[in-house]
Formats: sequence, C-alpha cells, structure tokens
Amino acid sequence: MQNKKLTTLACAAAFAALSGAANAQISGDTVKVGVLTDLSGTYSDLAGAGAVLATQMAIDDFMAEAKPAFKVEMVSADHQNKADIASNKAREWFEREGVDVATELVTTSTALAVMKIAKEMNRVALMSGPASTPITNEQCNDVTVHYTYDTYALANGTARAVTKQGGDTWYFLTADYAFGQALERDSSAVVTANGGKVLGSVRHPFPASDFSSFLLQAQASGAKIIGLANAGADTTNAIKQAAEFGITPKQALAGLLMFISDVHSLGLKNTQGMYLTTGFYWDLNDDTRAWSKRFFEKQNRMPTMVQAGQYSSVLHYLRAVQAIGSDDSAKVMTQMKKTPINDFFAKDGQIREDGRMVHDMYLVQVKKPEESKYPWDYYHVRQVIPAAEAFQPLSESRCPLIKN
Amino acid sequence: MNNNSMFARATPYLFGALFVIGLIAPFAVYPTFLMKILCFGLFACAFNLLLGFAGLLSFGHAAFLGTAGYVCGMLVRDVGVTPEIGIIGGTVVAGLLGWVFGVLAIRRTGIYFAMITLALSQMVYFLVLQVKATGGEDGLQGVPRGNLFGIIDLSNNISMYYLVFAVFCIGFFIIYRTINSPFGEILKAIRENEPRAISLGYDVAKFKLLAFIISASLAGMAGATKTLVFQLASLTDVHWHMSGEVVLMTLLGGLGTVLGPLIGAATVVSLQTQLADSVGSWVTVIMGVIFVLCVLLFRRGIVGELQALIQRAGIR
Repeated sequence: MQNKKLTTLACAAAFAALSGAANAQISGDTVKVGVLTDLSGTYSDLAGAGAVLATQMAIDDFMAEAKPAFKVEMVSADHQNKADIASNKAREWFEREGVDVATELVTTSTALAVMKIAKEMNRVALMSGPASTPITNEQCNDVTVHYTYDTYALANGTARAVTKQGGDTWYFLTADYAFGQALERDSSAVVTANGGKVLGSVRHPFPASDFSSFLLQAQASGAKIIGLANAGADTTNAIKQAAEFGITPKQALAGLLMFISDVHSLGLKNTQGMYLTTGFYWDLNDDTRAWSKRFFEKQNRMPTMVQAGQYSSVLHYLRAVQAIGSDDSAKVMTQMKKTPINDFFAKDGQIREDGRMVHDMYLVQVKKPEESKYPWDYYHVRQVIPAAEAFQPLSESRCPLIKN
Repeated sequence: MNNNSMFARATPYLFGALFVIGLIAPFAVYPTFLMKILCFGLFACAFNLLLGFAGLLSFGHAAFLGTAGYVCGMLVRDVGVTPEIGIIGGTVVAGLLGWVFGVLAIRRTGIYFAMITLALSQMVYFLVLQVKATGGEDGLQGVPRGNLFGIIDLSNNISMYYLVFAVFCIGFFIIYRTINSPFGEILKAIRENEPRAISLGYDVAKFKLLAFIISASLAGMAGATKTLVFQLASLTDVHWHMSGEVVLMTLLGGLGTVLGPLIGAATVVSLQTQLADSVGSWVTVIMGVIFVLCVLLFRRGIVGELQALIQRAGIR
C-alpha cells in the first residue's frame, strides 16, 4: 500500500510538472482491468472467453472515443469457479499488479470472495456473471456493482409475467441446497401474489443427473407451469428429460436461471415454448444487433447477457475514470452512480446505493423450431419489464448501506 | 532404511537451512503464494504420517481440512475470538472428527478402509452443503484475519506469513517427533507386517487410531490456517477432489519421506497457480498425466528419488 501511494505521489508530481493536473490521479498512469472468469468450466459458454472479448471491445471502443491520456490494460484469469482460486488471484492482482478493477466474476462464491478483497484493498469490483442477491443485500459494500442481472430479477420477472399470462398453476423442481430453495421461495411468493397457485414442489439432490421420478411427479401434479428452481447442468438435464418424457409442450417449463447459451446448446426442439427472463437479447433493436454482429465476427457466437453486460460495465467504468481524471475507487464509484447508463445494453440504467444496476429486463419465450428464421433467432420478446419493477425494491433491501 | 546415518547427520543442517529460507522467503516471493504452499504442505505432511508411516490410505482427509476451516471461520467471524483460538478450535474439532472416523474405519484395511473414510467424508460434504451456517455453495465468506493474541494485526501479509510459518513449523515438528519416536517405530512395524506386530503384543488398533487422530488434527490445523489466509472456507476444501489432491502431493513429493509432502505440495500448488492462467481446467488433465508419469517412472517421488541418488553416490 505504502509503495502504491509513493508511486501515485511520484506520478502526481511528475505530471503536475509536465502536463498539468488532468490525469494526475491515475495510479501508474494506467488503468488496469482484470477479468476473472470461468474460462474452461460449466460457465465458460455464458461468460468465459466471450467476456474477455467483450472487455477488450470495451477498452478498444473507449480508447477510440475518448482518446484518454492514460493507458488501459487488461489481464484475465480462469478462476475455475473456485472461491479460493478467485480470492488468491484477486489478491495478487490488487497487491502486485496494480489492477484497479476486478470484473465479471461468474459464480456467486467467487464474487463474494473477491468483493471482500476489493473492499479491503479499496478497489472496484464489477460483477456481470454472478446471480445471487446477497451481493447487493447482506454482503453488500460500496465498491461493488452488480451489473447485469440477479436471481430476484430473473425469478420474479418470469414468475410474475407467466402467472399473469395465464400460467397460474405452478409446480417447482428445486435443487436441494440454499440457492435452489431461495429461488423456489422467492418465485412461489410472486406466483401467489399475482393470483396464481403453487401446487407443490419436489426437491432433487444437487447435482443430479436422473430427473425421471421428479419429472413424473411434476407431470402428475397437473400444473400448467413447471418452475425449474435450479441452475447450470441441472437445468439443462431437466429440460432434456422433460422433452424425452413428453411433458413439454403439454406443460410449459419456466427456467428461473437460463441463458441464451443454454438454449443454443439444448436446441429449440427441447426448449420451445419456455419462458425466461433476460437482461439482454441480441436481436432487440439495431443497436444490439450492430454490437452483437461485431461480437459474433470474433467469437462465432452471439453474446449472452453476461457478455453484453460485461462490455457495458467496463465502458461505464472507464468513462467515469475519464470524466473525473482519477482511478480512486470512492470517486469513481460516486461518478458511476451519478451517471445514467445509456448504451446498446441499457437505456437509462442506474447504479443504486446498494450497488445494484437497474435497467429494463425482458420476458422472452423460446421460439418453435419452425419459427426460427436465421441462426440464433431464438426468442419472442413477450414483455419489457421496466427497471422499476424488474429488480428488488430498495425498501426490501437487507444491505447495511441502505437505511430504511 | 539402514543407510540413514548420513541423512541423520545432515538432517539438522538441512532443516536449519530450510528454516532460514522460510524466514527470508516472503521478501523474495509473493507471501500469499508461500502461505498457500505451507498450508497444503502441512496438510500433505499430516496425510503422509498416516499413509507413509502407518500404511493407511485415507480417502477422506478433505473432511478434516474443510471442517477445521469452517469451524475456525465461524469462530473468528461469528463468535469473534482471536485467530489463534480459531486455529486451536478448528484443530480440536478436526481431531474429534478424526477420532470418529478412525474408530469406524480402522476396523477394516486396504480398499475398505479407504472407502469408509471416503463415505464418511462425503457425509461431511453433504452436511456442509446443506447446513445454513456454512453458507452452502457460497462458502463461508468474509472471515476477518483479526489480531493475533489481540495485538498483532494480521491483515498485513508479512505478519500473516510468519504466523502460518510458525504453525507449519509446529505441525512439522510434531510430525517429525512422532515419526522418530518409539511410537513411530511401531507404526512402521505395523505398516511392514501387521500380524507380526500383533504377535509381538502390540494393540495395533490403538496405535492406528492414535495415528489417525494426530493426522486428522494436523490436517485440521492446516485447514484452519488456510481459512485465515484466504479469509474464506469453501466447498472445495471438503470435496473429495481435495482428498485426491493430497494423495497426489504426497506421492509426487515422496511417500514416507519427511520433506517429500512439502515438496510435493509446493510443486502441485505452483503448477496450479502458474497453469491456471494459461490452460484453465486442463490443469486437472496435466496433473493426471504427471501422476501417471510419477507412478510409472519415479515411484519414490521427488524427494525419495533424490535420497536414493545421494545414497547410491555415497556408496560409491
């Protein structure tokens, strides 16, 4: 720490003499962005190399638009979805390599670990990949931004909209651990609040590969909607097996935590008719299409909401640094919270006091195979969920930074 | 084993040199990385006490590492005790757990022993995943490093390093003393020929159980310290992968050698750290290849092969 301060001071002195105070407060004259993500495991499709590419695109675009006096560098590493590796790497980045901001951080356990270290070392953490709400509730801090989505937005968006559109009887297929149970609890509350009825639920072990008996129970319940309160491989396996058993399309599935990459790998045949909530769809409008095509050219896949959010969050961060001419965490955070986010990803997005970035979400339904006209044409956008409704209201916040 | 007099004479110098290296290392190498090596080194040494000297292959040592980590984390974070109490608490709980595991497992030998320990440690994994206090799949986050004895601030990496180094030295000393004691000799006798040890009148089960408890406690000590270093305890620590990793560390470094497990742990941790950026999860594949090569080509492990080499040179 001492060293860093000295370097900063030395730089400040040098620059004050040379070029005035414009960027006197950028440590080492370089803003260093660290991308800590899953580059090879379960989540590498939805975040991974695509998130690294998105970061590089954000940096390139920023350099072209702002022509800043400071340099921007990127480092990336694979945290393998393990909290201890993530914590180790983040610490090393902050202590030894002068990384100013740690980004992406898919998998909640890694995100929670890194945001603690960021707070301790007074750096910024931008979370695009992780899902869980504790990031902006019990565990919240003032250097973290939870950018793209969270389980509240996904589960509530899907449960509310589906119930209102007539899917008023639900049966939950729940992964038997804290995350799955929380997802089920939250979604059930929303279903009931909107006049729907929860007929029951069944818990499967985590992780599971054989869902047959659970799915048959769900089928026997006669519920119109089967809510999948699980994630990752559990969700995709359940969907595949539901199609094999002929449960879909008679009963509809609602994925409470799904990404376009899951739909892509499962195929439309297995996923048709499913409802899900997303923070971004590449085929929404000309802006999203233009950016996504650039992404596609390099990655050969359309971006997920995590990757698009990653671009947007890094760009927003860099613009904030440019605007105030400092990479001091507190100042940058203030600037980021003050400035609304307007780009292809979000319209009038805003970072709240608890670190939650709120923006419009989209309820989508997966197309039937015959409705899909071109590659990656997967979703009907059924409803835009306005920012104010999409996320957990501040009045329900359990974040100590918020005084209710 | 008889050609050990040369080693016996060289040993104090070797340990002295290593101790000095340990003292100055944090100024040359990144301290967090060193702390990780020391924690896993102690873990592997504890495991080696059981496998290398008593001939018991436990496949559930992650349970001790992880449980102690969680206990220490909860004590320090939720109860608010000082870190040294956290480490002691974690160690004691791991020892008790080792007693339970041991009583059940030592009734069987070989593959059955390994499977019983694996089954028990899977139960621990399940508990940790389900119980609310452990934070499930998010792990136990935000454990403060606190102040040692209420005075020394451990958030400084250098002071934290010296605590870890001290813990390692204590653990290592206990293991060294255990191996080089009549008790250790009996363990070796049991390893070499159990029926013979029984016929000589030793209560074999008692010795095995005691070795198991010591090993579990020290594994716990490593786990509790690791929690303080990384300020978190996660499912990785109780997962059976971890039980496998410690086998790899021990075999790679040299089964039944005193320093082997430390060298093995250092090798594995360095490889994992260095390769994490370049190849990601392929690390597991590379580790597998190394393991196969180790078993096929140099079965005595790094330290074991070195010792053999020196011995051969000495004879000439």
